[in-house]
Amino acid sequence: MSDNHLIKVTINGTKHTSSVEARMLLSDFIRHELGLTGTHVGCEHGVCGACTVILNGISVRSCLMFAVQVHGQQITTVEGMATKATDLHPLQEAFREAHGLQCGFCTPGILMSLIPFLDDNPSPSEEEIRAAISGNLCRCTGYQNIVNAVKLYLERDS
Amino acid sequence: MKPASFKYYAPESLEEALVLKAQYGDEARILAGGQSLIPAMNFRIMQPTVLLDLNLLAELSYISSKESAVLHIGAMTRLSEVEDDPLIADRVSLLHESLPYIAHPQIRNRGTVGGNIAHADPAAELPVVALATKSRFRVQSTNGSRWINSDDFFRGYFETAIDSSEILVELEVPFHAASTGWAFLEVSRRSGDYAMAGIAAVITLDSDYICRKARLVYLNLSDAPLEAKQSADMLVGETLSDELISQVANKASEEEIMPMESLHATVNYQRHLACILTKRALKLAYGRAKET
Repeated sequence: MSDNHLIKVTINGTKHTSSVEARMLLSDFIRHELGLTGTHVGCEHGVCGACTVILNGISVRSCLMFAVQVHGQQITTVEGMATKATDLHPLQEAFREAHGLQCGFCTPGILMSLIPFLDDNPSPSEEEIRAAISGNLCRCTGYQNIVNAVKLYLERDS
Repeated sequence: MKPASFKYYAPESLEEALVLKAQYGDEARILAGGQSLIPAMNFRIMQPTVLLDLNLLAELSYISSKESAVLHIGAMTRLSEVEDDPLIADRVSLLHESLPYIAHPQIRNRGTVGGNIAHADPAAELPVVALATKSRFRVQSTNGSRWINSDDFFRGYFETAIDSSEILVELEVPFHAASTGWAFLEVSRRSGDYAMAGIAAVITLDSDYICRKARLVYLNLSDAPLEAKQSADMLVGETLSDELISQVANKASEEEIMPMESLHATVNYQRHLACILTKRALKLAYGRAKET
């Protein structure tokens, strides 16, 4: 029993029209159908945060939504952060300089959590930064340099 | 693909959703925030054949205080909206305080009030808060709607009083009464994890600081949110001395809760946590009640 639906969705400013099976996860749609493999898939049950994307301005788990649910909506993935494909967003620059990543698997999800958070709260405390990324698992950095990267970005931004 | 196949409906009105629910009954699962349902489907622990997605129903997303002394929250209101609502922070502080314990920010951005309650996980926060605040729930079917008190709503693991033709549409939460103190506390292994134990305490004092009303509700220490009535009654008519608080904590943790051993906590450890949490929560709630 295949239940297909036609969806129209804007991802990183580009409109996509696609026929998807109802059970296709948003994370699989982004990776397999659109080839945007910057969105990583870790646990696939909402714990690790690697698949976090921005849906209509808020961060959500793309493994805990079906693609059919984003019909008519706006999504940003890590590929949509910088203005050009060859550039880095200032937050990404700060991550690079402050060693906010090692293997990088968790990084897209962390960035997608941080962007809406920093839009809402442009001068967060360290505690608030840590709470904002509490739903993103990183097994390399111990989080210290991720927090440092956010602070570096905020220093430069001000 | 991870989840098994299902037929998907995204009704554009509550009326349409109710007709579909009447048609499919138990076969149809409601997709609210999906933050518990979709993981279960990804594991194929759940394989519903029909999903009714309520995410297009803007009519079920609201926080309203038209009536005095109570607040109405639509079932599809996102948890993060409840967390950020200033009126809730001010008038139903227990609810406000419980929100950050629910998973992580990204989950609360998507998860809904109705989903959290209707899922009826004994480790979930909102059922415990609902019971502690004497909230009630409105469920609706094509035959009309009815209110269910939180006391009658939770029936055990993932079971509620919602009928197979009904959809949970609204939560009604009373404001805290004057001179009321509250506390919501949990112990979990990591931030955002399911708690090994938790408590919601609400106490109301008179002008002499004598306790007039007390409710103690425990999280994940039974197969549903558990109200320790006998222990709470020991507080009524009394001043909350450290000694009385200890007696209440001992009674609740030894006699009233019904913990079921898990991988992460033995029964003895759960009783220990309940005892400590009761003491902390009562002291915190008492201090706050005196301040208000």
